[in-house]
Amino acid sequence: MSDKVTNIVLVGVGGQGILLAAEILSETFMLAGFDVKKSEIHGMSQRGGSVVSHVRYGKEVFSPMVPEGEGDILFGFELMESYRYLSLLKPGGAVVVNDLCIAPPAVLVGQESYPADMALKIQELCPDCLLVDGQNLAIQAGNARAANTVLLGAVSKRLDIEEKYWIEAIEKMVPKKALEVNLKAFEMGRGLK
Amino acid sequence: MKEILSGNEAIARGAYEAGVKVACAYPGTPSTEILENTIRYREIDSSWATNEKVALEVGIGASFVGARSLVTMKHVGVNVAADPLFTLSYTGVNGGLVLVCADDPELHSSQNEQDSRNYAKFAKVPMLEPADSQECLEFTKLAYEISEKYDTPVLLRTTTRISHSKSVVNMGERTDLVREAKIEKNAAKFVMLPGNARVRHVVVEDRTVQLSKDGCSMPINRVEMREGKIGVITSGIAYQHVREALPEASVLKLGMVHPLPFDLIREFAAKVEKLYVVEELDPFIEEQVKAIGIPVIGKEIISICGELTPGRVRKAFGLPENAATAVEKLPGRPPNMCPGCPHRGVFYTLNQLKAYVSGDIGCYTLGFMPPLSAMDTCVCMGASIGMATGAVKVLSPEERKKVVAVIGDSTFLHTGINGLMDMVYNKGAATVIILDNRITAMTGRQENPGSGHTLMNDPTNAVDFELLCKAIGVKNVRTINPLDLDECRTVISEEMERPETSVIITDKPCVLIKREGIFKAGAPLQVVEESCTGCRACLKIGCPAIEWVPSSGKKGKAHIDPLLCNGCDVCSQLCKFSAIQEAK
Ligand code: SF4
Ligand code: SF4
Repeated sequence: MSDKVTNIVLVGVGGQGILLAAEILSETFMLAGFDVKKSEIHGMSQRGGSVVSHVRYGKEVFSPMVPEGEGDILFGFELMESYRYLSLLKPGGAVVVNDLCIAPPAVLVGQESYPADMALKIQELCPDCLLVDGQNLAIQAGNARAANTVLLGAVSKRLDIEEKYWIEAIEKMVPKKALEVNLKAFEMGRGLK
Repeated sequence: MKEILSGNEAIARGAYEAGVKVACAYPGTPSTEILENTIRYREIDSSWATNEKVALEVGIGASFVGARSLVTMKHVGVNVAADPLFTLSYTGVNGGLVLVCADDPELHSSQNEQDSRNYAKFAKVPMLEPADSQECLEFTKLAYEISEKYDTPVLLRTTTRISHSKSVVNMGERTDLVREAKIEKNAAKFVMLPGNARVRHVVVEDRTVQLSKDGCSMPINRVEMREGKIGVITSGIAYQHVREALPEASVLKLGMVHPLPFDLIREFAAKVEKLYVVEELDPFIEEQVKAIGIPVIGKEIISICGELTPGRVRKAFGLPENAATAVEKLPGRPPNMCPGCPHRGVFYTLNQLKAYVSGDIGCYTLGFMPPLSAMDTCVCMGASIGMATGAVKVLSPEERKKVVAVIGDSTFLHTGINGLMDMVYNKGAATVIILDNRITAMTGRQENPGSGHTLMNDPTNAVDFELLCKAIGVKNVRTINPLDLDECRTVISEEMERPETSVIITDKPCVLIKREGIFKAGAPLQVVEESCTGCRACLKIGCPAIEWVPSSGKKGKAHIDPLLCNGCDVCSQLCKFSAIQEAK
């Protein structure tokens, strides 16, 4: 086990299931034998605000926050929020992002417009970027709400952790009745190139 | 057993393992989840109090008859609980009493950034500060031992990044009951009239001196010597950032931040070439170290405002920062009231009536944001009514009519009710609107005395707000449907005209309420494209389900997201062209 800490930043909009995805990530890393720390800001987040969660794992983790410019993977649930937090990513870091736009309040009322070409701009700054059509894949897996698990599958592919730990974590964290769909969604995400 | 726990979950676990019997709190971010987790252990009687002072009093009552008790609150809650706390310091305890106060550096969800460590010093009570979830569990248990050994309440301080971050924890077992609860009379200790209190004050001062000495050998205050020439005194989450940013530095990690172990600090200072204090918010440790004559660098390089991050620590020590990807400016994404929220219509009406709105803490604080822009002040829990009383005392009769206090159900019961009694008693002529959404919404839907359920989910008495206000002496009490804009406008403007106190109670629940059968969503509405003239009237309520589509029609058109819409029907009342209708 190397001493290096791996840093993952999850971003999106309150209500998208970001916190659950972060829980599954942390659980997986713990099961795989690592020290894990996870940090997030919630409270008002369920009311549509911007949400960020940091997950770090390695032999020994100190701060629960990913230092600026040290993120290995940016795990984005929404395009604009992913772009907003690119500064946390290290140069050459990977991005796995859901191809989805959710309009913030100023855009909803027509005061500002949703920035154009977010996906392109992210790809320009981060060549190692996987754009995932989470919504559609989740519908294929059996439930539109499983988009976060599809994304999780895509992220898992970029981390050197045995698949069995992912499955074990999902089985532990996802409610029984949604388990089958989520395992399928995870596999679909894992199959993405 | 190993598990990943948040700081809050670990504190709940620690309390369980320590044999705690009573836990009481008022919800407040980031402390709320502690009590939401103690309910997993049936051995602990967990309850929400109406406010933090009451929560502490419940804890004190249990402690005085011998049981271990846990009381939790956020930093601003300690201001409310300060009165009993300062005297509890004098009486000491019987069963151990731990008060958790959760600070919020960076104000992620608070109205100020106060540093609760000052309360430990001010109230002369020891304070422990854990640095991760494992320590949250261990320090909670240790806090009970210290509480009973030194006959004192113990403060356990966390910050948002401790309360809400998760790390791996090794769990233990519950200790068999430390003490049986039974009545033990001891007036000299528990009745703080001046004669007794004078005696106890001496005990308190001796206790602090003793703790400062004993702290030097407590394992939670530990010196970690490393190769580097610099030494850093630090505690809590700042310790983790220091380890991250300055791996070579020698560290004095303080687990007890009050009283400070001065001899240990002197020893550490003598071993290093240059001494720093890295702490969030106030120069609490720094000033005390300087006061014993040890030169130290602290707030010269680290801001008093905001929370620390590994990056901020690196910067303070002049280390190169990581290259960050520059991104262009984006529209912000602040939180918003939910689609179908019962408060939207009231705020829209207050805006239309040009009211001067004395606001309070809770979801309705979001009513200050455009387009509702209907909130003029917000200071602390329960302050809206008292502030309205103050304003009408000095305004002209014409201006007085504009003053409206708004307050949520839980906040009204927290401390708003005292303000209302005062308003009636002192003949304050303002309008008070109790936005009763039947739950403590902002902190994540906790039950309160108005909701009819306890924290442990037993049905209980629900406060009747109408009768309550009448009993206090309010003559004009009216209940309205906040989703009916005409009714809102008529009733609110009538009551604003009235030159005496009046209370308006809204009667629609929070849309996020968990218990079934209380909130019923209506069928989603849709915008009939042909009828929409692009007048933008419906945008004035700022519902997240309504989106402006500039590219549609000549002037653009509104569109409703059927997945978000809760069918509250407020927007359709604003549309003069009947373009918003039930979806077919
Ligand atoms: S949580 Fe409840 S009270 Fe708060 S904004 Fe949403 S609906 Fe309104
Ligand atoms: S009916 Fe109108 S205001 Fe109410 S939730 Fe739906 S879109 Fe929003």
